[in-house]
Amino acid sequence: MNTKSALLCAAASFVLAPMAYADGHEGERGRDGQLNIIYWQAPSTLNPFLSGGTKDIEAASLIVEPLARFDETGQIQPWLVDEIPTIENGGFSEDLTQITWKITPGILWSDGTPFTSADVKFTYEYCTHPEGGCAQGAKFEPVASVETPDELTVVVNFKEPTPYPYTAFVGGESPILQAAQFADCLGAAASTCTDQNFGPIGTGPFVVDEFRTNDVISLSANPNFRDASKPAFQTVNFKGGGDADAAGRAVMQTGEFDYAWNLQLAPDVIAAMEAGGLGKPVVGFGPLVERIELNHTNPDPALGPDERSVVRPHPFLQDPAVYRALSMAIDRPLLVEIGYGQAGRVTCNLVPAPEAFNSTSMSCDTQDIEGAKAMLEEAGWVDSNGDGVREKDGVELRMLYQTSTNAVRQDFQALIKEWWEEIGFAVELRNIDASVFFGGDAGSPDTFQKFYADVEMYANTFNGTDPQSYLASQLCNRIPNPDNQWQGENIPRFCMQEYDDLLAELSRTGDLAERQRIAKELNDMYIMNGGQIPLVHRGRLSAHANSLGGIKLNVWDSELWNIADWYRIGE
Amino acid sequence: MLTFTIRRLFFAIPTLLFIALVIFMLLELAPGDPMANVPLTVPPEVKEQMRQALGLGEPAPIRFWKWIVQFFWIEPLNIFDALFGTSFAEGKLRIISWQNRAPVFIAIAERIPQTLWVVGTAYIVAILIAIPVGIYSAYRQYSVFDQAGTFVTMVGFSVPPFFSGVLVIIIFAVQLKWFPSIYDTTHVVDGWDAFVFQIRQMFLPVMVLALQITSQLSRFMRASMLDNLDQDYVRTARAKGLQERAVVLVHVLRNSMIPVVTVIALGVPQVFGGAIITEQVFKVNGIGQLLITAIQANDLPMVQTVTFIIAVLIVLFNLIADILYGILDPRIRYD
Amino acid sequence: MTDARDPDTPVGADMATVAASGAVAGGGPVLRTRARSQWWDVWDQFRSHKGAMAGAIIFLLIVLVVLIGPYVWDVDPTKTNIRARNAPMSLTAPFGTDQLGRDIFARMIEGGRVSLAVGMTAMLLSLFLGTLVGVLAGYFRRLDGVLMRLTDLFLALPLLPLLLVMVLLFREPLTAAFGIEMGIFILIVSAIGITSWMQTARIVRGDVLALKEREFVLAARATGTPPRRIVTRHILPNIMSPIMVSATLGIATAIITESALSFLGLGFPPDFPTWGRLLNDGVPYLELYPGRAFWPGMAISLVVLSINYVGDGLRDALDPRIRGR
Repeated sequence: MNTKSALLCAAASFVLAPMAYADGHEGERGRDGQLNIIYWQAPSTLNPFLSGGTKDIEAASLIVEPLARFDETGQIQPWLVDEIPTIENGGFSEDLTQITWKITPGILWSDGTPFTSADVKFTYEYCTHPEGGCAQGAKFEPVASVETPDELTVVVNFKEPTPYPYTAFVGGESPILQAAQFADCLGAAASTCTDQNFGPIGTGPFVVDEFRTNDVISLSANPNFRDASKPAFQTVNFKGGGDADAAGRAVMQTGEFDYAWNLQLAPDVIAAMEAGGLGKPVVGFGPLVERIELNHTNPDPALGPDERSVVRPHPFLQDPAVYRALSMAIDRPLLVEIGYGQAGRVTCNLVPAPEAFNSTSMSCDTQDIEGAKAMLEEAGWVDSNGDGVREKDGVELRMLYQTSTNAVRQDFQALIKEWWEEIGFAVELRNIDASVFFGGDAGSPDTFQKFYADVEMYANTFNGTDPQSYLASQLCNRIPNPDNQWQGENIPRFCMQEYDDLLAELSRTGDLAERQRIAKELNDMYIMNGGQIPLVHRGRLSAHANSLGGIKLNVWDSELWNIADWYRIGE
Repeated sequence: MLTFTIRRLFFAIPTLLFIALVIFMLLELAPGDPMANVPLTVPPEVKEQMRQALGLGEPAPIRFWKWIVQFFWIEPLNIFDALFGTSFAEGKLRIISWQNRAPVFIAIAERIPQTLWVVGTAYIVAILIAIPVGIYSAYRQYSVFDQAGTFVTMVGFSVPPFFSGVLVIIIFAVQLKWFPSIYDTTHVVDGWDAFVFQIRQMFLPVMVLALQITSQLSRFMRASMLDNLDQDYVRTARAKGLQERAVVLVHVLRNSMIPVVTVIALGVPQVFGGAIITEQVFKVNGIGQLLITAIQANDLPMVQTVTFIIAVLIVLFNLIADILYGILDPRIRYD
Repeated sequence: MTDARDPDTPVGADMATVAASGAVAGGGPVLRTRARSQWWDVWDQFRSHKGAMAGAIIFLLIVLVVLIGPYVWDVDPTKTNIRARNAPMSLTAPFGTDQLGRDIFARMIEGGRVSLAVGMTAMLLSLFLGTLVGVLAGYFRRLDGVLMRLTDLFLALPLLPLLLVMVLLFREPLTAAFGIEMGIFILIVSAIGITSWMQTARIVRGDVLALKEREFVLAARATGTPPRRIVTRHILPNIMSPIMVSATLGIATAIITESALSFLGLGFPPDFPTWGRLLNDGVPYLELYPGRAFWPGMAISLVVLSINYVGDGLRDALDPRIRGR
């Protein structure tokens, strides 16, 4: 059915393009039949609290919903509540310690029972149970207690003044579970609740008919959904597995599927698929940055496994001439063109988004090999023994450059290695399997936390739209080391008192404009002092069939956040 | 032969326990962490709590013992319960996958149908093609048929499925649009049309897999036939006036089957184990895909259980191969 | 590669070495007494086998191109050239260039060295292990149980975690001792060899079980021939054909396994081209630039095909019943 109807749809939308938007928009629930979605990483559970994986959170977002969501511009939107509580409307207390949510009356769970504040409170208890191992624990960390004065009011008390209160119950990562369904699943019992974890009852537009772990989910429209005309699709076939290449092909070339998630493919491959004419890519930009981290400790293997990550400083990477030269030698626009195409932009920042937090004080979009050479020359790094590698005081500029295994990263490695060797560095490359590199196994020497290399490349981002906790991850006390079993997010082991002080100021500031100014200053301070070399601001690229309407690619929340509004064009 | 079989079955128990231990230690030693796929935005303290919730805080010997108890006692009880509606296993903790905190046997049971459909069919198709091709190629060695067969099988074997799979998708799914490129595991065969659809969606993966298996099997078949065709007993058989057909298909074939039976028997556990790359390319999501995603996610209970089931099958089918040797060649004695 | 030939290598592995190097002189110690005349016979028979000669010539040609290629075609295989990305075939780049503008021909030559070396050595290692285990288990009943359970164990082990463990344990010491390239080469060859001998072992054992009850073996035993002599003299020559098939299939498997290993980051560093990796990298571009996947794919197939024909010819040449026909 798929190929043929998709072809017909494509043909229809081509001919009837002007009037296509006129129909299909409105109508009764389930009018558009089946929607086929493919995620090349298959969801393994539908309980987002048991797995932190994006695939699981997004699949679950068809079923369970939070109180408020971020829209495609990163603005917070009321979802199951009447309005967003703020200081202005009195929902957020002046002392920044209490927030009150007013649930919209009349919302029903898909089993027909009413949605109440007790469910919200239960969700808090579920995720903060000490034996539960909740993946979203960080969202509830600042919360002291949750009170329910009546069935439609939720009061969240914070442990201390919290300038940015929209973490708990906001966004796809912390949706509300039904108290009645999960009552027996608290703590260690979470593992015995397979039926619940694989088929949660939600308030969202769809309900689970069948869940096959790591394979496929069959869903159908929620009969008790709050908007009688939504969703437009009667059933959803949510397929998982394979690779991004095949997913893109299934949407844009064979038309078997309507929506494919996160296609990390070479730009020319995407372009060739688009030429298939059945679908098109959509791009959105969150704060994801591909970067090169510069080690601030000496990774010399001769130092032994523990000292390798503790002894400061690095033999040469903290010399401003060295890290600036490394950055100048990189042709970022070319990296974007080769690796990400329309899904990438040049950036010089740790925090490239939201726009209000994006610092514009630095520029790095032109490569300057000669300038880099001159800078090294001036700082005393010269190649005196003629082996092509610069040295100073007996220290040679030799580096090990590691990253995870990934086609684009290996291309970047090859290019950057060449540029760096041109300005007088010697670079050895290494790639490590992603499950080892990003795994926190304290027994493995190859994890990105241990960083037994001079420079390493990967991408990182933050959730939501406020960068405070992300910037706080670069504090001195967040450095992973043997004493804290490598638990820390300050991967380059950057440590600077001024930075720590300024961050403390940020955490006390409530005013938005002031927060933005401080965050930008922190960003600049971090980059200028050689914390890392940002390379590419990466977007999310997904693809949808031409016959699918209503898509607003959202990188701040689940991509499927507005699936209730999706519809079939034409037909 | 009977005592031999009983003795081998008896010895299989310590062997399997030892294999289970080695697999467990191997997985323990391997670097990797079940939290590797959790996004970097989840803080390390939370990840540590999640690890504790998975039971990773316990020492390895205890976890191994628990797994043994669960695999050999609690899971069989569960199967018994499911068959007879009893409730012996109620409240006992089953083997839980770290990826989704659900019993691993639920996932395995979901995967077996599509693996058997696709890999099993490919295996049977391959055997049905390979044996006649091997026989005829050997009988008419260096004929056009033999040369062409050699060419096709060697190219077929040397082209890995990650390449041939994508190639047939581009030709048959993208360009010609004859077959779907993505396998629908929820499809239920309940009528003629549904059956036709099932054949269509199985066609490409079966083709790719069968080419690989045929290449391998027909090479062994041909080589083994060639060895036997100029043995003395063949000359004797011909001399005493047996029909050529009987000589080749009864005498030579039977004696040539020994290495081929080994290859076929060794392949059967792999049918259950699925075909990792082909399943991945065509999104068949069978046991092979289950195993590879579990390995990538460092889901040790799942990897341990699936590999151990495959190990049981390997031990079993090696035994079957040994018994078949005895039947094919009565001179082979094990006692 | 001839270094691998030590006196204890069974004839099976030895023959493959002979096939590989294309040389005909030399052989097992047992055969040395009458080696001269017998090997001339073998060579004569081999020469008359057209397929085998064609295979040998093509194989030697590939080896030659790969060995002396870098001196004739002195383009740096890792040199990127952004202006000439994804260039089609031309005089300056006979096979075109890849997505970073690297010359594919130069990369094929460079990759061929690694892939052929890995493929041949890993195949020999796995053949040696497989034949050794298979013969010992089939011939000596006392060893059968232990060795076959060992085979079961290896068959049952999940390959990927095993490789991860091997890389974890041995990568640093090996690269420290032999340098990065040689260290990883040894690691990969042993990883592939150790994880791929089981099928050969099972097949060889099956054949040996049948052979050792044959009249000529019984006769040899009755005349007091020591087991070592029976194995090398009477058993091994008779199980040549499954070994040969294993060898030809093994080389393809080894080349492809190497690509999977490199792909997973367990193999050679990322800037190190191998045929398997080139093929792997080319697959996403199959529609846009089919040549990217075609050239390495064809190279692997050609090597496998030519070795297969050489193996065929060699098997015929070594069979005294066929020889002289």
